[in-house]
Amino acid sequence: MALAAAKQEATATRLEALSLPEGATWAKAARQDALGRVRAMGLPTRRDEYWKYTNPATLVQAEAPAACLFDADESPIFGQIDRLRIVFVDGVFDAYASDDLALAGVTIERLAEAGATDIHWARDIYGAFEARGQTPVARPFAALNTAFASDGLLIRASGKAAMPVSVEYLHRSETSDAILHHVIRVEEGAELTLLENGPAAARFNKVMEVDVADGASFHHVRAQGRDHERRAATHVFARLGAESTFKSFTLTVNGVLTRNEVVVELTGDNAVAHVAGAAVGDGDFHHDDTVFVTHDAVACESRQVFKKVLRNGATGVFQGKILVKKDAQKTDGYQISQSLMLDDNAQFLAKPELEIYADDVACSHGSTSGAIDEDALFYLRSRGVPEGQAQDLLVLAFLAEAIDEIDDPAISADILSRLDGWLQRHHS
Amino acid sequence: MLNINNLHVKLQEEDKAILKGVDLTVEDGQVHAIMGPNGSGKSTLSYVLAGRDGYEVTEGSAELDGVDLLALDPEERAAAGLFLAFQYPVEIPGVGNMTFLRTAVNAQRKARGEEEMSSTDFLKTIRAKAKSLQIDAEMLKRPVNVGFSGGEKKRNEILQMAMLEPKMCILDETDSGLDVDAMKLVAEGVNALRSAGRSFLVITHYQRLLDHIRPDVVHIMADGRIVKTGGPDLALEVETSGYVGMVEEVA
Ligand SMILES: Nc1ncnc2c1ncn2[C@@H]1O[C@H](COP(=O)(O)OP(=O)(O)O)[C@@H](O)[C@H]1O
Ligand SMILES: [Mg+2]
Repeated sequence: MALAAAKQEATATRLEALSLPEGATWAKAARQDALGRVRAMGLPTRRDEYWKYTNPATLVQAEAPAACLFDADESPIFGQIDRLRIVFVDGVFDAYASDDLALAGVTIERLAEAGATDIHWARDIYGAFEARGQTPVARPFAALNTAFASDGLLIRASGKAAMPVSVEYLHRSETSDAILHHVIRVEEGAELTLLENGPAAARFNKVMEVDVADGASFHHVRAQGRDHERRAATHVFARLGAESTFKSFTLTVNGVLTRNEVVVELTGDNAVAHVAGAAVGDGDFHHDDTVFVTHDAVACESRQVFKKVLRNGATGVFQGKILVKKDAQKTDGYQISQSLMLDDNAQFLAKPELEIYADDVACSHGSTSGAIDEDALFYLRSRGVPEGQAQDLLVLAFLAEAIDEIDDPAISADILSRLDGWLQRHHS
Repeated sequence: MLNINNLHVKLQEEDKAILKGVDLTVEDGQVHAIMGPNGSGKSTLSYVLAGRDGYEVTEGSAELDGVDLLALDPEERAAAGLFLAFQYPVEIPGVGNMTFLRTAVNAQRKARGEEEMSSTDFLKTIRAKAKSLQIDAEMLKRPVNVGFSGGEKKRNEILQMAMLEPKMCILDETDSGLDVDAMKLVAEGVNALRSAGRSFLVITHYQRLLDHIRPDVVHIMADGRIVKTGGPDLALEVETSGYVGMVEEVA
């Protein structure tokens, strides 16, 4: 099908501004294929059904819109956690700030340096998970990423990782436009925790493909922030083997445009996938969680828990789908998306979907949008808790179900302190 | 202690007068009871004193030890020593009972310029007080009032009162929905707090509670006014002959 002329032109303009990277020749074919996919589907416009609630124009345009740097005097998140630290500044690896890429139970390489040979374990995954994730819904920015990612990490855990791998994305240039692509494989029975944080760039396109083998477990916690004018389109493509666990939590504070897509395929029996997010936004904040979970095996469990706190014109979007294939009996699927509006000007747009072809399943979903409970607020105040603090307590209570998805108490304490900071800065 | 003078209150949203000139003075260390038929304005009086939104004071005043209560935010009234045990305690999912109480205790201390209570002291104190009200540790960990039975909610109100040590305690139908044993527990909790510097305003329908919490003064409220004031005997009179006579006297 021919693309509309305007779309074709916008896509061509964007592609002209990019060039295919040289490194990792084993990924060359995947890049070429991905480029073909982008050309065929074109970059999205507001008219595309999947972008109805989020205007992709600034993600498509050739140059990244400038984004000021935010300088708050805050201690860096995850700073107190034992971790292997890897730093990218505006999408460029910072060897000086990073630890050695050496960790017991794990091999870590950079995509840009991952060899000129044609054999690499990541070859079967790079671009392949992304390509699978293009049906039934097109995800053009992910294909663009596969073609043009300048760097990224190839992480393979073969045992229990000695500590979390932590990727920090620093933002120093007001016009940076970064494209990174990570490939992660957690081998049979292995365990890995990945932490991500930072504003990354003025505009950030990131893809992470995750292969969680049978009995393996992968935990992912990220804190997206803080520079308010930043934009990001991120994708996670995960495939889960039998008895495996995948848990991903995202905190988003600020950001004029964030679109986080998570595509999970449960392909082995008894696998567990939890995807959660807490987002807090003020003013021209626009945050979009788009999640697609496919049950393609027996007795798997999936949970989607997304909470957004919005005020002063902020917009939250949730598009979440649970697809249960014909043979995925005994599926346990849960999805909740909720927004808490701190005033009358915020906006929450939700499209929860269930598509079920198996007959023996338990799936539930719900979506709500509400204000602070005035009775609860008065009750707290009548006990002497000042209004701002009482409101914060209620906001944190609202977010609790999402934050509870983080298993490690030290990490969730960090996430909470980051939220606290935001609440302090954004009192009415 | 508490001085209410010719208090007139209407609903903010509609032109409906609810309190039509309430006069009430509670001296230090006294226990006053307010009885009266449903809808006479007892809860409204307690809400207006505590500072709930939705009401408009059109006339009159309310002072706590000379401080104009009506000019203060609810949290400031609490810090000034006012406490309301709610007729319908509010459930707050996601906020732990313990966290809530510690936040409240320390917020009040901070507002009064006092030092915060250490977490060890807090734990020790709350455990002892919870025990005497037969509130178990598990209940303290649960979200505020969520899944509590009616009686548990009321005991939780008294626990909050015991922890916050207010000087003016208003109890709005704390006895309603309680069985005799639970009521005794609540009454013991209240009596344990009675002291020369602390006063109580006990709103109730029944003489029953007043057998356990002996009032110094009893008021009858009807149609937004105090229509009769007397000693403990007045409560007995209500018990035997109802409000009919008293309310009609004013009508
Ligand atoms: N927020 C409100 N909206 C409408 N009517 C109210 C409200 N609050 C109180 N009222 C009315 O005011 C009157 C007094 O109520 P209330 O103070 O609850 O009485 P009591 O506690 O003595 O039973 C009742 O007629 C009640 O319906
Ligand atoms: Mg009442």
